[in-house]
Amino acid sequence: MKRHLLSAADLSRDDALLVLDTAEELAAVAERATVKKLPTLRGRTVVNLFFEDSTRTRTSFELAAKRLSADVINFSAKGSSVSKGETLKDTALTLEAMGSDAVVVRHSWSGAPVNLARWVRGSVVNAGDGTHEHPTQALLDAYTMRKRHGRLEDLRVTIVGDILHSRVARSNVLLLNTLGAQVTLVAPPTLLPVGIGSWPVEVSYDFDGVLPKSDVVMMLRVQRERMGAAYFPSSREYARRYGLDARRLALMPDDAVVMHPGPMVRGMEIAPEVADGVRSTIQEQVANGVSVRMAVLYLLLGGAEPAIGSEEETP
Amino acid sequence: MSESWLLQGVRLYGEGDPVDVRLDGERIAEIGTSLSPAASRPYDVSGCVLLPGLVDLHTHLREPGREDAETVETGTLAAAAGGFTAVHAMANTDPVADTAGVVEQVWRLGRDAGHCDVAPVGAVTIGLKGEQMAELGTMADSAARVRVFSDDGHCVSDASLMRRALEYVKAFDGVIAQHAQEPRLTVGAQMNEGLVSSELGLTGWPAVAEEAVIARDCLLAAHVGSRLHVCHVSTAGSVELVRWAKSKGWDVTAEVTPHHLVLTDDLARGYDPVFKVNPPLRTADDVEALRAGLADGTIDCVATDHAPHALEDKETEWGAALPGMIGLETALAVVVDAMGDRLTWRQLATRMSETPARIGRLEGHGRPLAVGEPANLTVVHPGVPWTVGPELLLSRSRNSPFLGRQLPVRVWATFLRGTPTMQTSEQPA
Repeated sequence: MKRHLLSAADLSRDDALLVLDTAEELAAVAERATVKKLPTLRGRTVVNLFFEDSTRTRTSFELAAKRLSADVINFSAKGSSVSKGETLKDTALTLEAMGSDAVVVRHSWSGAPVNLARWVRGSVVNAGDGTHEHPTQALLDAYTMRKRHGRLEDLRVTIVGDILHSRVARSNVLLLNTLGAQVTLVAPPTLLPVGIGSWPVEVSYDFDGVLPKSDVVMMLRVQRERMGAAYFPSSREYARRYGLDARRLALMPDDAVVMHPGPMVRGMEIAPEVADGVRSTIQEQVANGVSVRMAVLYLLLGGAEPAIGSEEETP
Repeated sequence: MSESWLLQGVRLYGEGDPVDVRLDGERIAEIGTSLSPAASRPYDVSGCVLLPGLVDLHTHLREPGREDAETVETGTLAAAAGGFTAVHAMANTDPVADTAGVVEQVWRLGRDAGHCDVAPVGAVTIGLKGEQMAELGTMADSAARVRVFSDDGHCVSDASLMRRALEYVKAFDGVIAQHAQEPRLTVGAQMNEGLVSSELGLTGWPAVAEEAVIARDCLLAAHVGSRLHVCHVSTAGSVELVRWAKSKGWDVTAEVTPHHLVLTDDLARGYDPVFKVNPPLRTADDVEALRAGLADGTIDCVATDHAPHALEDKETEWGAALPGMIGLETALAVVVDAMGDRLTWRQLATRMSETPARIGRLEGHGRPLAVGEPANLTVVHPGVPWTVGPELLLSRSRNSPFLGRQLPVRVWATFLRGTPTMQTSEQPA
């Protein structure tokens, strides 16, 4: 593994499988143990540096780090010196001086974690940057798919929605391609990036036609404000053409699952009965996120002890 | 009165045998072989090429307003180091150069600094807001004698206002230099829209946003019989449009920056804001079209778009960084590097001196290398490669995309009206 996880493209196939396998082992340990905490990262410091609100992702990383016994500092941009004009570089140098071993960063500008990685010695984990990438989301999605289907090779994954602005989509396309899955993107043409033809994916505007050939259907959040920028005429039309409702669910193969990275806009891209239905993995994704992030932190910080080997020592 | 110099062993436009050139006072006094120094100070520049002093149509000197990034003093020092004897100072200062008072101030600062002539560019609209025409005639009549008007940094996007501005400046032989950028197509734009922007998740700046404005402006200029200058052309499509406008006989000129002749959008991959610039770096196909356009004369001239920025405005996230690169000191060498055999020294003199001087209606610049002409001269050593290092740059800012790059030729000396404004201390190899 590289020192940082900035993009899903940083992961080779072996790296990605190592993360997934490690996450699986960690989850198994957590299930068996009465005390969920492992001593693996004792004495190490993980900083959650969030320039953008995201309770969900921050909490997931926090829990992951704490279960590995790391010291966790939550550094939120709001109410800190960051909002008083301190630059990203100054913040980075401050964290560096405090001796952080890993920085988990969420930022509204694409590429900010790449910049940060130039200024700190510790590992940087991209927890979502602008409209660029969100690699740990892709890892937890792959983990969830593998759990449900038992494989990733040749798995048919359809990603639907605002691909243009989605960091989840970018990371998923890269990682799933690395892992041998077949990805199809479905979106109105306005919400597909220029040059999509060079991505390793199929593209379709016909959601109904793609559904019977999908093992996984991943719905992306569509922000209502995109409507104002004329990406599509109305949320009603969007839901009709690209929303996943019960009728469309019935077009999917029996074992196909429905995923969503959250937060959802119910009634827009996904109908409530689909989101809450048995084929939805949305709650699993949240739980799996903690295991996957534990694996990422463990592997990046290169804990001297094996991630699981310490089980015997754990009381 | 400046002292007399004798440039020895220099080749005019890089052509023919070496000659000696005597400068007396502000003019070229004598050209010949084995001239006796007599009362002149001999200056051995054997192996060098003599060009008319370079003229930049597009420089940001940042004064008044951002003296932490550049001043007229430091910017013109950098200009002289790059072989320039005249620069046009863009209007997007603070306050904006939209009145006679501001343009005269900039012009005086340039005259007092004395490193090169400073021709202020006047804003087309008040405050660069694109709403109301600035007092173009008053700026033209001022001591600064403004002839080039531009809202550079912003596009004069209102078609009606652009039409009127093109018409209005005819009265004093002015030209509108358009920053062609359709604003609605570039909301939040961060880099060229294409494969790389899609990969990096950065909002795209599509080529069509430049080309649509250029097409419209060419048609407007033709309709009202005015002259139009297109700033920093950056796409293959723009080159085609300018070629088309010229084929119609319309009075349209265009410039290209050195960086657009060399650098491409894949440099954004590391999110290093030194490569963030407006218009953005484009693709290799665009670079090739720009080189071809400059070679065949479709693009009339090179202009630096020297855009100094303070460190804190560049050492930050890509999205928060200001766009722009410095370029005065590297311009000539980068153009030679990009164009290779596709431009002779004489053609280079046209594109970096004579034509920009003509477009800007600058007297005394871009003149032939002949006896009696003003001694505004650039001496270039074609055989001394150098590596661009921050310690070599005289600009107050350091946002050069060429740091660390080896360039093939070196500006050896610059003379402004017979007086050296820069002389390298190195000995010719």
